[in-house]
Amino acid sequence: MAIHPPADRIWWNEKLTAPEVIWISVAFVWGLIMFFAMIYWHAVGDQNLSNEAYKISPEVFAERTEAMVEKYKVREEGDTGIPVVRPPAGSDIYMLGRLWEWWPILELEKGQQYRLHLSSMDWQHGFSLQPANINLQIHAGYEMVITITPSETGEYSVVCNEYCGIGHHTMVGRIYVVDKKK
Amino acid sequence: MAKSAKKAAPEPEPGDIPFMQRLLDNPFILLFIGVTVPTLIYLVWGVVEVAQIPLAK
Amino acid sequence: MAIAAVFRTCPDTGLKVHSHAENLIKANAVVAVIFLAVGGFFGLLVALTRWPAVHLLPADAFYLVLTAHGANVLLFWILFFEVAVLYFASAILLNSRLAMPKVAWGSFVLMIIGAVIANVAVLQGESSVMFTSYPPLKAVPHFYLGLILFAVGMLGAVLVFFATLVIAKDEKTYEGSVPLVTFGAITAAIIAVFTLASGAVILIPTWLWSMDLISEVDPIIYKVIWWGFGHSSQQVNVAVQVAIWYAIAAMVLGAKPLSEKVSRAAFLLYIVFLQLASAHHLLVEPGISSNWKVFNTSYAFYLAVLGSMIHGMSIPGAIEAAQRRRGLTQGIFEWLRKAPWDNPAFSGMFLSLILFGFLGGITGVVMGTEQINLIIHNTMYVPGHFHATVVAGTTLAFMAITYLLIPLIFRRELVFKRLAKWQPYLFGIGAAGISLFMMGAGTLGVPRRHWDITFTDAPLTVEMPGTAFLMMGLNGVFAILAAIGGLAYIVVVVGSVFFGKHRDEAVAKANPVIFDGGEAVTQYGSEGTIRIPGTIVLVAIFFTSFVLYYFVNWKYLSEVWPLR
Repeated sequence: MAIHPPADRIWWNEKLTAPEVIWISVAFVWGLIMFFAMIYWHAVGDQNLSNEAYKISPEVFAERTEAMVEKYKVREEGDTGIPVVRPPAGSDIYMLGRLWEWWPILELEKGQQYRLHLSSMDWQHGFSLQPANINLQIHAGYEMVITITPSETGEYSVVCNEYCGIGHHTMVGRIYVVDKKK
Repeated sequence: MAKSAKKAAPEPEPGDIPFMQRLLDNPFILLFIGVTVPTLIYLVWGVVEVAQIPLAK
Repeated sequence: MAIAAVFRTCPDTGLKVHSHAENLIKANAVVAVIFLAVGGFFGLLVALTRWPAVHLLPADAFYLVLTAHGANVLLFWILFFEVAVLYFASAILLNSRLAMPKVAWGSFVLMIIGAVIANVAVLQGESSVMFTSYPPLKAVPHFYLGLILFAVGMLGAVLVFFATLVIAKDEKTYEGSVPLVTFGAITAAIIAVFTLASGAVILIPTWLWSMDLISEVDPIIYKVIWWGFGHSSQQVNVAVQVAIWYAIAAMVLGAKPLSEKVSRAAFLLYIVFLQLASAHHLLVEPGISSNWKVFNTSYAFYLAVLGSMIHGMSIPGAIEAAQRRRGLTQGIFEWLRKAPWDNPAFSGMFLSLILFGFLGGITGVVMGTEQINLIIHNTMYVPGHFHATVVAGTTLAFMAITYLLIPLIFRRELVFKRLAKWQPYLFGIGAAGISLFMMGAGTLGVPRRHWDITFTDAPLTVEMPGTAFLMMGLNGVFAILAAIGGLAYIVVVVGSVFFGKHRDEAVAKANPVIFDGGEAVTQYGSEGTIRIPGTIVLVAIFFTSFVLYYFVNWKYLSEVWPLR
């Protein structure tokens, strides 16, 4: 039994039975398939993290974000005072996380590419785009750059899904995706 | 009791025991492997990755 | 001999039981159960707060209780119990004395002090930093100190375990190789060394930082090293729980491994590769290359998953072989139908095996796929997954072996036998429901560690789908069921330990807990000649589910916004 020392003093030379050989082979090959599936998706898939990132001070990142807001602000969201920014397609766009908001609101065109820069001003935040359900970790001092292509029009929420203190559940933001200007 | 058990299953010569069995019977070699592999592949490589993140232009 | 005086001979197994080992197993197990009760209660409060219609606690209390829940069950309950298992698998199964009992008692005291200090810090309210305590979120210094003391104590217990292996070998208390269950415990202890070392490497600087002695802790480097501790500690659980599955199958049914070689090789794959999966938590982190992510998240070509899949066949296979050998050979599943389903040790073990494999194992591999993690990371899917592994898997396995430790080590008969019979089902179904509904909510985007998914106080409105609210409500319902199951466990354990009929030799003879099917079953040697068609069917069902679920998630991923 498994609670006693094996009776055969040399057990490594035991022969495997057919079911064991088959199952181990199947499981091993399946592991290789799952491993190479990730590499395959890097080659042909459309959803891969770039892993492009830089060390950046929160002040510099905030300056760049504010510069974008200054240049491309189109309106404010209701009476919240939060700017809505519509940068040109293909440009570098910025969103910062801080206690407790994602700022500013972005308005993007469907089917266009943007280089989205994300960073935190303070604590770690979880960028969670809903209902698309894209989730990223955002740190202060590090800037993540990803190229996104919004594929559906609509109103998207950004919630924070990394605990960041007592106001965590009020930390939200928004991205509008609209049709291309005619 | 130990003696009678020995009669039932004679002590094999150390040379008879296959290499893999000797490896699996040695917890300290296993400990070395089990600490070294994740330390190098996960921890050291991981910390080097983070340390190599460039400064923003 | 002088040391003979401190041994008794177990009437069930004939093994010599060292009194220090026995007392330490009792002490660690009892303390573990106390932390389970405390942590489980906090868990119920968490679930009732996340049930939108109930929304029990205010926000600050919720985050505090969530932190306390994580620390008490994920660390304290599980690691205290694991110390008990380590001592059992070394001193008891090897028929040996326990090495360095003073160190073992010192470790025990240190672990208690650490756990109590950490709890005090959390309950004081200034350390609601979650189980992960990611900087720059800062707790009070004694929060980190408590965890460090606890980890040092645990390291002492692991040292005692290794020392016991050495003296058992030197004193020739056993012949040849250690039992398979002990080998599983060695696997766990090795992973524990890496785990605790990683914990020390990162928690000590973080502690200094919390006292302003260090100016900064890099948040990403913290995460890399911390998860070497936080995730690997769960891999310790996997190794211990697999060892317990083998132990229960052996003790209750006389099952022996289909092949010592295959099972031990599978544990070796754990030793070498399992810890790499700490990378599962870093797949959407900025700046870490995909080379690192893919290699680590896949445990190097999924070799540790191969280990688990091997155990997934060899454990039910061992049970089937033992059952067939005693004549339950009708059809494919008579051996399973006529298994001792009213013995909570067996039912708990088998439920743990099935739930861990189907719910915890498959989802863990899927969410650990580098790109698929994008649509799962930090949603409720994550706690859904690890409640399948740690609650339905590990905790249920620990509960199951408790039903054997009470007669064998505490030498008491179980009280409330009917309650004990139902307990694994209550707890197992509750835990399975929790896992499934949290995972369902996660696929709908519900964030984890979040007080209010109605976002009432937020400046902008956020609409979560109605189904998500339903899922969180059902999670609450099943959490109540699991809590009842947990309470039943505690009632049975406390009742038996304090009021159970003392199990002297006459009682032990009349009411054996270790399977004794005669030589035909218990004789050692390869079980390999017997056919195991039922297990092959089970494994085929498992594999089909795995493959289908894996590709379905790639399909989901392919539908989200292109990003690179």
